[in-house]
Amino acid sequence: MAKHVVGKAEDVGPGMRKVFEVRGRPIVIFNVDGDYFALLNRCPHQSAELSMGLISGIATADEPGHVQCSRRGEFIRCPWHGWEFDIRTGQSWCDPGRISVKQYPVSITAGAELVEGPYKAETFPVSIEDSYLVVDL
Amino acid sequence: MHHKPTSVIDCDIHPAVPGNDALIPYMDEYWQEQFVSRAIGDMDLASYPPSVPLSCRPDWRQVGEKPGVSLASCREQALDKFNCEIAICNPLYGGQVAASGLMAAEVCSATNKWLAREWLDAEPRLRGSIVVASQLPDRAAEEIHRCASDKRFVQVLLLAGNEMLLGRSHFWPIYEAAEKHGLPIGIHAGTMYRYPTSSGMGWPSTYLQDYASGTLLFAAQLQSLITEGVFAKFPDLTFVMIEAGISWVPSFMWKSTKVWFGVRGEVPWVKRSPAAEIRDRVRFTIQPFDTSKDPVRVEKLIEHLGSEDMLLFSSDYPHWQFDGDDPMPPGFPVRLRQKITQENPLRTYPRLKETV
Repeated sequence: MAKHVVGKAEDVGPGMRKVFEVRGRPIVIFNVDGDYFALLNRCPHQSAELSMGLISGIATADEPGHVQCSRRGEFIRCPWHGWEFDIRTGQSWCDPGRISVKQYPVSITAGAELVEGPYKAETFPVSIEDSYLVVDL
Repeated sequence: MHHKPTSVIDCDIHPAVPGNDALIPYMDEYWQEQFVSRAIGDMDLASYPPSVPLSCRPDWRQVGEKPGVSLASCREQALDKFNCEIAICNPLYGGQVAASGLMAAEVCSATNKWLAREWLDAEPRLRGSIVVASQLPDRAAEEIHRCASDKRFVQVLLLAGNEMLLGRSHFWPIYEAAEKHGLPIGIHAGTMYRYPTSSGMGWPSTYLQDYASGTLLFAAQLQSLITEGVFAKFPDLTFVMIEAGISWVPSFMWKSTKVWFGVRGEVPWVKRSPAAEIRDRVRFTIQPFDTSKDPVRVEKLIEHLGSEDMLLFSSDYPHWQFDGDDPMPPGFPVRLRQKITQENPLRTYPRLKETV
């Protein structure tokens, strides 16, 4: 595992998602209310780009006709077949134990810290004034 | 009660209503007058015309007699022959499907009274299903409440084809009543013919098409029960698919679960996969057994079902589904015989334990 600087934190605002390529892999980073999460941008079902899907909450119910909505903005629905994945954990809602999206640690690091290394800044220059997204891969 | 080691609980036999004359004595004054004055003829269920080969195995058929009318024959050919400790009676009569819901309700009530008097009273090994008119769910619920105090009634019986899919809230009074009394809902092959059995695209031209389409009805009903939230709304209710076949069930479970992954948001009250719901809440009788005699394939089917708790022993007497003296299909593993013939039926029908 190595730490990769992929972009500026401000590039992915609250409620947004953005795809980065890291070591040849498509990684989608989500910002959920200021918390960042990185998932492999391939649905475990048939490899669709999760980043193209709808971000939503989760609907739950104990009986028909009485539905609760919760956790708004915390789920990504695959654009191909609608499978629901928890952005925070990568787990599918329907079978969390068996089916999930690969998840990667992501953190925010200040530019000043980054210029000291040992980070890989492959694709763009780093400035000490900004904060950056760093993915472990 | 003396337990023979290989005794069975037969979860599907068919005593036949001989005709309306047998039921009229159990009707109220108004309906007695209606049936007599209108000379309403016998009402055999169109799904089982008495003369078709399916309706009676040739060696069980008595010349000039409707199949299933004789308790003596039932004892000799089924109860004694199969070594039944208990057998559950599922009457199938045309009155249950009448266009008039009021007539159907009266015929059903009379059938339940007739069954109790002519069959259950006469033979201690027998138990019964409460037949109800789904045309009028509130009347059906009343009939369930009326019959429930007789502990020999162990199930509520519906047919696979009604006026609406069975998951709809229209039918919930029936489920509520059954759940209250700890009675499973049995759904038996057969239909009111309000709609074609052969999908909604058109009517079949042959009896063969009609009967073979039965599995499609069961699949549609199962899907309806799941997606309309019946399992969520009635958490203690069990459903038994009777004479439904079994081999279609694994692929149905797989497909339903697959689709649920994608459209779960439309039915959030389906809180776990359809496969998990079916394994937990639905049971199937083993006759007709609609796949291979090869033990390897049977074992595979059971593996694909994902549960050994789902299968219930049945003969479907006197319908012609097997030859010989053992309703257990060849190819079934010996290790499951006790489960299928005793444990699963006892767990599915709690009332059986009270009277065994």
